[in-house]
Amino acid sequence: MEQLSSLEIAGHIFLQFMPVWIALAIIISVSVMFKKRLGLYGQVFDNTIGLAGLIIVLFWILTALMADWIITLDPLGQYSGMKNKRPGFPVQDVEGAYFLLGGDTLARDVFSRVVMGSRTVLSIAPAATMFAFMVGITLGLPAGYLTGRLDTILSFLANLVLAFPVILLFYLLVTKDIIETGIPMYLAAVLFVFPIVFLLILFTTRFKTRPGELTIYLGITLTFGLWAYSGLAFDADPLGVWKMDSNTLNIFVSVVFVNSPTVFRIVRGLTIDIKTRDYVAAAQTRGETPWYIMLWEILPNTRGPLIVDFCLRIGYTTILLGTLGFFGLGVSPESPDWGNTINEGRKLLSVYPHPALPPALALMSLVLGLNFLADGLREESLRD
Amino acid sequence: MLEFLIKRLGVMILTILCLTFIVFFLTNLEPNLQRLAKTQANNRMTDAQVESWLGARGYKRHIVIKYGEWIGIIPGWKNTINDVETGRCYRTGQESTPRFCGILQGAMGYSTVFRDEVTTIIGKRLWLTGKLMFWVMVVMIPLALLIGVLAGMRERSKLDRGLSTFSIATTATPEYVSGVIFIVVFASSVVGLKWFKGSAASAMDTITFDNFTLPVATMVLYGMGYIARMTRASMAEVMTAQYIRTARLKGVKFSGVVTRHALRNALIAPFTVIMLQFPWLLTGVVIVETLFNYKGFGWTLVQAASNNDIELLLGCSIVAVIVVLLTQLISDIGYVFLNPRIRVN
Repeated sequence: MEQLSSLEIAGHIFLQFMPVWIALAIIISVSVMFKKRLGLYGQVFDNTIGLAGLIIVLFWILTALMADWIITLDPLGQYSGMKNKRPGFPVQDVEGAYFLLGGDTLARDVFSRVVMGSRTVLSIAPAATMFAFMVGITLGLPAGYLTGRLDTILSFLANLVLAFPVILLFYLLVTKDIIETGIPMYLAAVLFVFPIVFLLILFTTRFKTRPGELTIYLGITLTFGLWAYSGLAFDADPLGVWKMDSNTLNIFVSVVFVNSPTVFRIVRGLTIDIKTRDYVAAAQTRGETPWYIMLWEILPNTRGPLIVDFCLRIGYTTILLGTLGFFGLGVSPESPDWGNTINEGRKLLSVYPHPALPPALALMSLVLGLNFLADGLREESLRD
Repeated sequence: MLEFLIKRLGVMILTILCLTFIVFFLTNLEPNLQRLAKTQANNRMTDAQVESWLGARGYKRHIVIKYGEWIGIIPGWKNTINDVETGRCYRTGQESTPRFCGILQGAMGYSTVFRDEVTTIIGKRLWLTGKLMFWVMVVMIPLALLIGVLAGMRERSKLDRGLSTFSIATTATPEYVSGVIFIVVFASSVVGLKWFKGSAASAMDTITFDNFTLPVATMVLYGMGYIARMTRASMAEVMTAQYIRTARLKGVKFSGVVTRHALRNALIAPFTVIMLQFPWLLTGVVIVETLFNYKGFGWTLVQAASNNDIELLLGCSIVAVIVVLLTQLISDIGYVFLNPRIRVN
């Protein structure tokens, strides 16, 4: 077989991504049809930059979901004679298969690895950001609303973590030895409580006067929450549904730990600003409890800036995950994680740039999409 | 003002103590110490031998005492084995042994990887990183402010759209991505431009345009976008102020309004942001120095961390933490000085 030309490579890649294009077209056209009824999400379609961001982000989400159909070869498999081969080189043993973006130093297919790598990033980054938000919101609201000693202590702790150079923290926290000491597990035990606590307070304050509904909501939260908690933090899920291997848990916890103080500061600042508003005073006069005011009066009104920051923060978390991979921290060497692949590829960069470039561009485009989306959301939410 | 300063300094010292204790705790964890014993003495030691090796070197005591010794407020340990006195503060070729030897006495310990005093290593490496940071700042700050002011002076204009999109794009490009792209485009034999060198190792002796452009550009690109965006936001806000409108109505030219009326007020916010960029620049330094093989502070930190060089890592972290906290302090004080509307009580 002949080596493919650049144009043919582009064509092949385009065809490989066909499921993504189809899904993307369906989602976009359906959204455009109903955009009047979709609130802030619908408004993004009126904003060029926001729309561009949304399409890029959707592209990567769909790629991660359908990665199995997109890859051409086994992302972990090594193919003989394919070491450092240029993009478009035909695979010797497999008929009709090409290394669309070339091979890396271990003779693996770069294209399939990049596609698979999107799964690692997109399974950790949004979830970790979500957890960081839960921690930041649960602590930031009372710090900003109640102030006093609680605020002093929490702010001090947040500043403590923020003053820590991120890279040093990673080098100290994300190592094999640390897993043995159980520190990530304790950290997880503390950090993973917050979503449960958040939901419990959320429902208790809302349905206090309706004990029937309250019991149902609390029951669901506790059952699912504690089930997931035992599985994720202690790897003790009796049914084995919730599970995270120790390396992933370590990375996950560290990323949540690094992100939470910033979210805390943002939420605290917003709360201090909003608690002087009239509707908060009205709620206080009605005799609502502080937690009700925080969660049902203040929190909904911080959603604009928080949604924007959520998008930005997923991007930032993606960069952090890449940094971890770049230093080879916490990932297994054969993992197709983007940061890890960049790190491996950079060693021979001036001779063979093709293994490092695709994951670098992939990571950049994902973060870029998230930042564009955040910018579009910001502009649209300021409009009304 | 004085009270504010004292309070801030107090919090700062408390923060330094907390952070260094955390680092101390994490570096002195059991597995790290065992690894240290095995790399320093003998790889095939039994567990009992490891225990005695660590015990003889004072590692098997309470963490708080060890931390006190490291700070220099608790006298260093002494031990007599076979009539030979050893201890924390003993060094070969030393005439008398000091009672205390910790950070406060300027003794940071001995690096097991570089086989040198930690203070010497850090001093040398910090100087190299200082040079890098200097050039990054020299390029980044004017560029970022210029972009921010140009974008912010006419909000929603075409120029603003273009520059804002550019700054968003730069904040989305972490150093390890832009560095890789730069090397491929400007230094690799594949593209063939070969304008610059892909390694900054030679820049440790003499800095030339060739060997320093790429590392500096890589760091500038990522740091710049954020400052530019903050400047833009601040500039856009100032431009809507009443006194700007007054100046415009008075008949001052647009360029005059921007340079004479708006600029000074618009630059207050970016100042804080620039100072707060330092902690992030440290991570950038680590990545860039690793990528371009420039053996500065960040590179040393990576070496210390990955080779389990406990004393060096501790030294690096205290320097890093102090730099971060000092910049925060300067940013707070500077903000108060720059902005007459803020009064500290």
